[in-house]
Amino acid sequence: MKRRSLPVMVSLCAASALALTACGQAGQGGGSGDGPIELTMWTHSAGNPAELEVYDKIITDFNASQDEYEVVEEAFPQGAYNDAITAAAAANDLPCLLDMDGPIMPNWAWAGYIQPLDLPASITDELLPTAVGTYQDEIYSAGYWDAALSIFARKSVLDANGIRIPTVDEPWTIDEFDAALATLQSAGYATPLDIGAEDTGEWWSYAYSPMLQSAGGDEIDRDSMLSADGALNGPEAVDFFTWFQNAFKKGWTSSAGTIGNQEFVDDEVALSYTGVWNALASIEAVGDDLLILPPPDFGTGPKIGGGSWQWGISSSCNSPEGARAYLEFSFKDEYLAEFADKQIVIPATAGAEAQSLHFKEGGDLRPFVELSQKFALARPETPAYPVISSTFEKAAKDIMNGADVQSTLDGAVQEIDANIESNDGYGF
Amino acid sequence: MLQTTTHSAVAVSAAPTVPPSEKTGRTARARRRSNPAVRRERRAGLAMAAPAALLLILFLIIPVLLAFGLSFSNARLISPNPPRLVGIDNFLRAFSDPVFLRSTLNTFVFAAVVVPVQAGLGLLLAVLVNQKIRGVTAFRVIFFIPVVTSIVVVSILWKFMYQPDGLINSFIDSITFGAWQGTAWLNDPNTALGAIIVLSIWQAVGFHMLIWLSGLQTIPEELYEAARMDGASSWQQFANVTWPGLRSTMVFVLVTITIAALGLFVQIDVMTQGGPVNSTSTLVYQAVRKGYREQEIGYGAAISLIFFVLVLIVSVVQRYLTRDKED
Repeated sequence: MKRRSLPVMVSLCAASALALTACGQAGQGGGSGDGPIELTMWTHSAGNPAELEVYDKIITDFNASQDEYEVVEEAFPQGAYNDAITAAAAANDLPCLLDMDGPIMPNWAWAGYIQPLDLPASITDELLPTAVGTYQDEIYSAGYWDAALSIFARKSVLDANGIRIPTVDEPWTIDEFDAALATLQSAGYATPLDIGAEDTGEWWSYAYSPMLQSAGGDEIDRDSMLSADGALNGPEAVDFFTWFQNAFKKGWTSSAGTIGNQEFVDDEVALSYTGVWNALASIEAVGDDLLILPPPDFGTGPKIGGGSWQWGISSSCNSPEGARAYLEFSFKDEYLAEFADKQIVIPATAGAEAQSLHFKEGGDLRPFVELSQKFALARPETPAYPVISSTFEKAAKDIMNGADVQSTLDGAVQEIDANIESNDGYGF
Repeated sequence: MLQTTTHSAVAVSAAPTVPPSEKTGRTARARRRSNPAVRRERRAGLAMAAPAALLLILFLIIPVLLAFGLSFSNARLISPNPPRLVGIDNFLRAFSDPVFLRSTLNTFVFAAVVVPVQAGLGLLLAVLVNQKIRGVTAFRVIFFIPVVTSIVVVSILWKFMYQPDGLINSFIDSITFGAWQGTAWLNDPNTALGAIIVLSIWQAVGFHMLIWLSGLQTIPEELYEAARMDGASSWQQFANVTWPGLRSTMVFVLVTITIAALGLFVQIDVMTQGGPVNSTSTLVYQAVRKGYREQEIGYGAAISLIFFVLVLIVSVVQRYLTRDKED
């Protein structure tokens, strides 16, 4: 027994190692025999049954429609998704098809994870501009939908306090917005605005950098993409962040509370700056009283973040033609409309909009389409974006907690510029 | 986990009692007597150590060497550009980076408070639960529960408790009859690190209580009997019997708390992400933020290397201060 056990153990180890290697080769599966070519596909949608349901349907339909390719789906939780992609890329083991959050696409394209999409222009031209990911004049990703942020309010509350109801053509100016918050505070709302500051991560750049852009600043100088100097620490940026800091200091908003829109549903806050994905629950709770309003104009017109999750093809894909065939198949208005209604996001084509229950002309969530068309602005399309976003979040949080505005922004600019420089300008 | 700690604690306290000469002498004699048997045994020993050694080399030695190499380059986690050597640029950058300097300060402030308080509190609890009274096991279990709870879970729960309208502030409000209002503990640069110190001590003190307890139980009862016959008070018994008997336990407790405290990461990552205004950023957190989240693996490696050297210095100083003076 004693003498036999070592060889047995070694062979067991070898066998399991072989098995693991075999499983690990995600991107390279199948293709050699008579069977269909296997196309692996990763999504970030684990834990989101509504979204997965539509993907399942598309994949089943696609696999049944032809016998050359077979799409195999694997879902990851969103929190671990980018790490999984980075690790898979380091191990040269990327799936064929992968989805990605819009602003990270340039980084992955620059790093060589993904290849140009090469979908027919007839498909990509139909899509909302913010649902198409372009980097260095090449399309690398395309999405079925976009999201939009707005300010939720109750009509009865605004009327009772004599606050003008803003429109897309005539949004609140920042002075009006300040006055409204002060009025609502004295009307008994301890913190009148839920701005979502309890959230962390990409939300900060997604939600608050459009406010900065509305004020005339930006996260980086978009002409050169080489420096944040003047954009993130110029006088406009300082003005905006001073407003941001004061909003917390005066108690107009706070970083306490829970992520999501529950405070608004419970009428603990009068205004809520949040996304289309929370709209249906609010409509159910508030009914006709709900107003979907544009965000305030900080100086150069309201802005909201554009660019949601989109699909791309990895550069190590064993059959880019197959991946392309699947994507072409999937961009059908009926699927896009189904995503829109199940997940509550804005469909990316006009055709899907017309088919969507919520987003068609006169639908209850139609205002979001208008907001997205008029105000959506993509986050800077540069490979430096992950660093910009992380630095922006840290600086904004520090300012929220009372740090000196100018020196904090100068520090953030220095950090971003040092990073860009150490990457030789990221190819710009 | 519980078992391992008890074992290592016993091993630490028992080690000095085995005369080293006797041990080596016995092996030497054995080697002379039956060479083939010993050789086979040694081979078996190597085979048994191999998996552990392999894993250590793979996950400890190689990463340390890699970190050393990377820290002199501008390597990136994701980049089409090949890394190139940049000399000591990363280290110069670290020492002119205010966030890094603040992180270093925070790390040492955290350790300077946590090490004595947690060790002292652990000893106090150990002495308390070492009494021979009914129900003492229940207390031991209660003090130990936070240790077996995941630190991530603990951090999330305490994050809720520290909120402006959380449990802690309601408690303060009730016991002072509204005279004193708590603040948003984690959002105020003046209180955030303190709040994390309190939670960290609460979470880990049970572990060190257990180690102190195992040390206490190795002290023979006769010594206390003798002390009592000499008319020693409880304090004199503690100072002259208990404390000297706990010496090697104390060294172990101090070293483990120091290393754990310097490596503070999870609480920061879950609760404050280094904020507000860098008041809770630590060296390990900063290394992860720079090296992984912002993908500057070269700079992250440089921070890790500095951290490694600092911990090494602290450990050597500690070892020197707690050395056995008779040796």
